[in-house]
Amino acid sequence: MSDDKFNYVLRLADNALILSQRLSQWCGKGPALEEDMALTNVALDLIGQARLWYAYAAELEGKGRTEDDLAFLRDAHQFHNFLLLEQPNGNYADTMTRQFLFDAWHYHYLQALCASGDERIAAIAAKSLKEVTYHLRRSSDLLVRLGDGSDLSHQLMQAALDELWRFTGEMSVADELDLAMHGAGIAPDLAMIRQAWVAHVASVAADATLRLPDANSWMHKGGKQGVHTEHMGYLLAEMQFLQRAYPGAQW
Amino acid sequence: MSKEWPLWEVFIRSQHGLAHKHVGSLHAPDAEMAINHARDVYTRRNEGVSIWVARAGDIFASSPGDKEALFEPSDSKVYRHPTFFPMPEEVKNL
Repeated sequence: MSDDKFNYVLRLADNALILSQRLSQWCGKGPALEEDMALTNVALDLIGQARLWYAYAAELEGKGRTEDDLAFLRDAHQFHNFLLLEQPNGNYADTMTRQFLFDAWHYHYLQALCASGDERIAAIAAKSLKEVTYHLRRSSDLLVRLGDGSDLSHQLMQAALDELWRFTGEMSVADELDLAMHGAGIAPDLAMIRQAWVAHVASVAADATLRLPDANSWMHKGGKQGVHTEHMGYLLAEMQFLQRAYPGAQW
Repeated sequence: MSKEWPLWEVFIRSQHGLAHKHVGSLHAPDAEMAINHARDVYTRRNEGVSIWVARAGDIFASSPGDKEALFEPSDSKVYRHPTFFPMPEEVKNL
């Protein structure tokens, strides 16, 4: 049971860390100074959330590993983030679409997680929810602006949505761990989250004049089980370089 | 979304502040996004509780050449300074 909880919290941590790492790659390269700062802010929000989750996960594990060990000394197959989040930044349409699809899930998930039977999890969820409410507001706004913008921006947004859609399935389909955690009163019912997510995404996409792919189409999965896309190894190689090359380095 | 990103001036009222203070400027296509940007650029360290944005083009400034006519202090006219009235303790922030 405590192993299950450790793995469960680790998933939440990995989601936040991997997306944060991706967003931080935009630093200094955003399409406008204001957008650059906004993306960096979101990245920092997520790294903060990741730290809270990792710290708790390390405690649950009780083997003396720290949040740094968990972030920097695990290999791809030991990461349990959604495949969606490790996808490359691509162009701004790709990044904002990825962000929107995740934010909408994250928002509804955290909202439900605030009622978790585990007090610590509920507290971290409540704190994160405030930030994520803003993330969702921002990415929804941009989805509409770019989707309902120029011909070119509409085209790029539709392409991004069509491309990333196949990674959204695993976010709201429960596996054994999700079911066990839900059974223990710790995690929300993913079927409910899926309903809320689909409704939310459909309504914003309609405002953005974007055509939503079929929610029941074939989906990639495996992220939650540690089976990742080809992008994950490169992401980790860059992120973990220092700790790998100079173990225990401090300054 | 408009292609033009005009300049906006940002005013923020701080946690315990009574008035909005000018904190800087930024570019955004419209007011809604200007507010979002202001939040990201200027309020991330608990600076404020309220944001105003105004198109820089809508602000009219006094001319430095008018300095004397507008701002010549009237120190010699003590009757213009309401310093002779005792203020009741209860009246704060005046």
